[in-house]
Amino acid sequence: MTETIKHHLTDALLMGYSAGALPEAMNLMVATHLSLCDTCRAQMESFDILGGCLLEDNTDAVAMDAGALDATLAMLEDGEDVPARQIRASEGVFPGPLQDYVGGDLDSVRWKPIGMGVRQAILPTSGTASARLLYIPAGAAVPDHGHQGIELTMVLQGAFSDEVDRFARGDVEVADEDLEHTPVADISEDCICLAVTDAPLRFKSWIPRLAQPFLRI
Amino acid sequence: MNVKKTGSNEPKEWVAEMRLIREARDKSAFAALFQHFAPRIKSFLIRSGSDPVMAEECAQEVMVTVWHKAHQFDASRASVATWVFTIARNRRIDLLRKERRPEPEELPWGPEAEPEQADILVLQQETAHLRTALKALPDAQRELIEKAYFGDLSHREIAEQTGLPLGTIKSRIRLALDRLRHAMK
Ligand SMILES: [Zn+2]
Ligand SMILES: [Zn+2]
Repeated sequence: MTETIKHHLTDALLMGYSAGALPEAMNLMVATHLSLCDTCRAQMESFDILGGCLLEDNTDAVAMDAGALDATLAMLEDGEDVPARQIRASEGVFPGPLQDYVGGDLDSVRWKPIGMGVRQAILPTSGTASARLLYIPAGAAVPDHGHQGIELTMVLQGAFSDEVDRFARGDVEVADEDLEHTPVADISEDCICLAVTDAPLRFKSWIPRLAQPFLRI
Repeated sequence: MNVKKTGSNEPKEWVAEMRLIREARDKSAFAALFQHFAPRIKSFLIRSGSDPVMAEECAQEVMVTVWHKAHQFDASRASVATWVFTIARNRRIDLLRKERRPEPEELPWGPEAEPEQADILVLQQETAHLRTALKALPDAQRELIEKAYFGDLSHREIAEQTGLPLGTIKSRIRLALDRLRHAMK
């Protein structure tokens, strides 16, 4: 399944995820992609190992308080063993971590039209980045736009093409200030994407620009 | 059997202690693990912006979690230091940012319940290589990586770093994942 993915997350995103440095919306993007992509999962686990090495070799360890060990030993009796997390492999359009945020698969999404047949649903995340699902009808285009920050778009169903390449299920497009693009969905199938931005998009035509504050994109 | 490589420059692996904690609920093994890791976790949290009182409390909680999650530790997928790091990191996100951390889908284990000793050794060797490579980096570059992990760098600043020595270990983990997926079929 994973061999068909051509466009991966950057090392910076995988390292940021491992280091715990990313905002929640970007963590959601990374977790969703890792659920489909063993290449990036292996890379991320390598970054975890790097974190372990840094912890191990931390030269300025800070002594624990006197009595810390006894206090901790006493706490062992209180809690219970923690069962392994069960984010199960999903059979649906949305991988497990995304289903957690949507509260189900595709049929649980409450779409809002944003013009030209394109629909979106904003997902609840805190912090400086925002996450949303995009529904682009087969053959339709997302209005031409540039980016102030980083925009990550991952295809979950169908495919889209823009000035850079064609992106299909599992592929992630990483766009920044330097890219201005008009993603167009393949004509064979409606395209559904997870999109994460850390700053508002800049649309070129005036109608989306006017609507921007209401749409929160 | 776990071969402890004391008497050389090899780092202690803590795998035997983890097994004792998991299988015998051995508190002296836990105490040894605590003496080693708790001060490192405390330092990690302070460097990430926690005050010392909170860091102390949190380091204790992380060690309690280590006890209660001991059955989840798998020496063929991560060193003990790596596993403890991920628990401390998740607790830090919880504590300092009060947010959820979305996790990827779990890869369930195939038929073999016990990890193979050979896999454990390979992972330990690769981890040791990475550790050596990390130590050999120029100071400035290693400090940048430390900053990224200790929570002082933004994603954009991390993006400016290059040239991490991850090559071998990455392909090793990739092979392990392929085998895991294959075993599940
Ligand atoms: Zn990938
Ligand atoms: Zn865009």
